[in-house]
Amino acid sequence: MSEGPLKKTPLNELHKSLGGKMVDFGGWELPVQYSGILEEHQAVRERAGVFDVSHMGEMTVRGHAALELLQKVTCNDVSRLDDGRAQYSGLLYPTAGFVDDLWVGRRGPDDYLLVVNASNSDKDFEWVSDCAKGMDVEVRNVSNDYALLALQGPKAQEILQKLTDSDLTKIKYYRFAPATVDGSKGMISRSGYTGEDGFEIFLSPGDAPRVMKKLIDAGVQPCGLGARDTLRLEAKMALYGNDIDHSTTPIEADLGWIVKLEKGDFMGRDVLQRENAEGPKRKLVGFEMVDRGIARHGYPVVAGGEEIGVVTSGTHSPTLKKAIGLAYLPLDKSAQGSEFTVLIRGKETRARVVPTPFYKRAK
Amino acid sequence: MTPEDSRYATSHEYVHNEGGVGTIGITDYAQKELGDVVFVELPQVGSQLEAGDELGSIESVKAVSELFSPVSGEVVEVNEKLAEKPELVNTDPYGDGWMIRIKMSDQSELDELMTADDYEDYVQTESGK
Repeated sequence: MSEGPLKKTPLNELHKSLGGKMVDFGGWELPVQYSGILEEHQAVRERAGVFDVSHMGEMTVRGHAALELLQKVTCNDVSRLDDGRAQYSGLLYPTAGFVDDLWVGRRGPDDYLLVVNASNSDKDFEWVSDCAKGMDVEVRNVSNDYALLALQGPKAQEILQKLTDSDLTKIKYYRFAPATVDGSKGMISRSGYTGEDGFEIFLSPGDAPRVMKKLIDAGVQPCGLGARDTLRLEAKMALYGNDIDHSTTPIEADLGWIVKLEKGDFMGRDVLQRENAEGPKRKLVGFEMVDRGIARHGYPVVAGGEEIGVVTSGTHSPTLKKAIGLAYLPLDKSAQGSEFTVLIRGKETRARVVPTPFYKRAK
Repeated sequence: MTPEDSRYATSHEYVHNEGGVGTIGITDYAQKELGDVVFVELPQVGSQLEAGDELGSIESVKAVSELFSPVSGEVVEVNEKLAEKPELVNTDPYGDGWMIRIKMSDQSELDELMTADDYEDYVQTESGK
């Protein structure tokens, strides 16, 4: 991790004035919670919550070879995008392990915006820049140009509509558009990391605190990293560094839907083609605890005294009121309903593979 | 705010002594640091604990913490209510959120623990880090 003072988002002062409990999150000073994780979690499931995700990285890829470059470095099919449309994807090494997972949006025919994980931002920029050598394309790290707010929950549209003239019903899931929010120019994307309807709002850093305050005045709950984690896990959305990393492939991570083998050659395709044909050695599954306890990141899965897998995420689900998690299991032990054993601080504790997502919102 | 009639461990448990039986739980500062408590694992009645032994664990939404017994003795009661209502640790740490009662084998161990004043100073230094 980087040494030195913690990085601050443009909303740092506001978090502190709202009583946010600040923590070091990969070198960024961010609130883990304000009033409490359970309360914040419930607000997003039932009404609306706002998260500061300004720490996330942004990159632009522009030029005649922009599509060609992105087709090479990501596993989803970028040619399916048109202007104002985005996709979830993976930035992969030739081994098919993740450099990062990311949001790829097309702003124009030769103009793409990527949103990546904060802790990977510099690595991703270097990786994409290296891959772009000799190509007619410009890759820029524009992370400092944007503050990013995630407004999430069933009331998100109703609340945001009062702050913008853009017709939000026209921005469908995984689409985005330039917009004026509370008088400030920015961009609205219908996307998120909670399993609820909602928006990610790109703003100039100077405008973000005012907009966040407006949202809170409109009844939106400020939410921290703690609720972000419980919400994303209930929706079974992967967290880089927990569930996926350089050593895991999208097929192992049960993200086969972002792998488009038919689009032509790309980084990691050979490995993914083989895994697709023969099945991966291991698979990321969702589980519930059968015995009491919470299995957390890094706890071993054991059978007959051998370590056969590992828990990648685990928490108490505030919505389901039970202990849930994700784990890599050998393919032949990953069927729904299978029971397995997790060592929780040395104690053998039973868990069961269950269907995911754990939580799915009513349409 | 920290009750004067109890003693405190550096690992943020309190012991409230009543006639040689110590009621153990975690402090208000500790519950605030942990956040929403969702699961408390406690020992069986009859277990023998030495001062400093792990007596159980406490899971909040975001993390797990071990609990240590500040004193030695036999566990004579555990708070069964916490199985259904672990949030009592947050809402009433010194009252209904207690964890175990222990019949102390050596009450002089209490003298090794901090007074309420000492504990408040200790928390100031800890949180000021």
